[in-house]
Amino acid sequence: MAKRIDVSGLNAYYGAHKAIDDISMTVEPRSVTAFIGPSGCGKSTFLRTLNRMHEVTPGGRVEGKVMLDDENLYGPGVDPVSVRRTVGMVFQRPNPFPTMSIFDNVAAGVRLNGGRVRKDELDGIVEKSLKGANLWNEVKDRLNKPGAGLSGGQQQRLCIARAIAVEPQVLLMDEPCSALDPISTLAIEDLIGELKERFTIVIVTHNMQQAARVSDRTAFFNLAGVGQPGKLVEIDDTERIFSNPSVQATEDYISGRFG
Amino acid sequence: MDITPATAAPPPLGAAPAPAGQKATTRPGDRIFLALSRGSGILLLVIMAAIAVFLTVRATNALSHNEGNFFTTFEWSANSTPPVFGIAVLAFGTVVSSLIAMLIAVPVAIGIALFISHYAPRKLSTPLSYVIDLLAAVPSIVYGLWGALFLVPHLGGLYSWLNDYFGWTGIFEYHDGAARSLFTIGILLAIMILPIVTSVSREVFLQAPKMHEEAALALGATRWEVIRMSVLPFGRSGVISASMLGLGRALGETMAVATVLSPSFEIGKSLLDPGGGTFAQNIASSFKESGEIGKDALIASGLVLFVLTLLVNGAARLIIARRKEYTA
Repeated sequence: MAKRIDVSGLNAYYGAHKAIDDISMTVEPRSVTAFIGPSGCGKSTFLRTLNRMHEVTPGGRVEGKVMLDDENLYGPGVDPVSVRRTVGMVFQRPNPFPTMSIFDNVAAGVRLNGGRVRKDELDGIVEKSLKGANLWNEVKDRLNKPGAGLSGGQQQRLCIARAIAVEPQVLLMDEPCSALDPISTLAIEDLIGELKERFTIVIVTHNMQQAARVSDRTAFFNLAGVGQPGKLVEIDDTERIFSNPSVQATEDYISGRFG
Repeated sequence: MDITPATAAPPPLGAAPAPAGQKATTRPGDRIFLALSRGSGILLLVIMAAIAVFLTVRATNALSHNEGNFFTTFEWSANSTPPVFGIAVLAFGTVVSSLIAMLIAVPVAIGIALFISHYAPRKLSTPLSYVIDLLAAVPSIVYGLWGALFLVPHLGGLYSWLNDYFGWTGIFEYHDGAARSLFTIGILLAIMILPIVTSVSREVFLQAPKMHEEAALALGATRWEVIRMSVLPFGRSGVISASMLGLGRALGETMAVATVLSPSFEIGKSLLDPGGGTFAQNIASSFKESGEIGKDALIASGLVLFVLTLLVNGAARLIIARRKEYTA
């Protein structure tokens, strides 16, 4: 169910502008890896290269290799659509489909690509995914109501349910709690702890306490200056990054001396 | 206007403090602008009322002299004594030709709008939308001339093909003759309303929220699935109002129809039969040769068209209002 990600020599561009420079790292399966760093350092861009969402942006371009176990996501003939089915994503702002019911939102991914699923099988998938996202008890009596009628935190968990319904190998989360209140944030963080039993999780966060709470490993990104590409400074066990990082810039950032 | 704040109550937050007995200052610029905008609003209502009164009075005059049934008579002899006229043929021709136009134009317009907004590279989409907007600026008499001189002589093949494969339905039966039928009018009107339907739909599709498109993409949706899941549901009400705008134009189109159609006061069994008429075309073709009662009769038919257009617009507004919650 969960695969290792091995990135080597990855550059990403927006048109002529280089956004991230020569990143190599390994993301362990069944663990949570957090990306931290100041704004504009390329951590979200890097996250979006991991499921080929970066190239959706006009002018977006990627060089380098992203290995998912032994498959290169940027290899010749690899279909971005099937990559995105293997590597799911949760966004900063909850984005359930506004015209769909809660049930249809969760089933949306399963029904894609001409997927014909029997009704009872689909019911099972939806229930399992909503339970997996800790949302089942709150919505089981109103599955046919619009997903947009839920609270922000519930909407974000609905989006997580939608993402895990297609059984991806990896789950990418782009600041999933930055639009949520503390209680909803706690619910999502608890959920991340449960989901890592089944998925490889990568989370971008601006909140360093959150990185310390949820992640097993932490990567620190930085940029030399405005207009310069972002770089990976270091990646290590979260405990080590927050207690005794090997690079001075990491310690400066974590202790609040800049950023 | 005469409500003054209670003396002891503190003024609400944000409200300008207005001591009792002293009027708030109004600046001359504000007063002039208020008078201008209020005047324009009232003027609009006065004009609408004047048109309605004019149409109703003149129409009543004609209807009181009419010897036929206004709704069911297949004849327009408003200038004979006694006058006999009915709108059955005109109503049929107007509605049928506009429906044909909608059936052809709306799917094509949605396709073009989606191509411009979601498929075409920017280099192509900008000039393409410019050309579409330009099409809307072509005067309708030019469409009429093109229809009469080019479209009519070239439709024989299509008509024979329709007769061969769909002639059994009855409505596509074709016997040789000039293709000056309601069906040709429908095709011509479709081309004429294509630009407005396309450009309004395109604007709506371009506003589809990026975050829902990304949600679909991240689930592994193909481009068409992204459009089906996030763009089309968002754009639905916009496409409906675009279609209604087009329908309004098709219902009222005059010159192009008058140039192409060979009018007659009968309803053919087949859509491909020459003849028929529409409200606007009939008014344009017969107004000059009409006497007093004849003109009033034409005005009565114009009143019906006015009401028809109002109904279409009202229906469109209803549909849009009902789906408002989804466009937020």
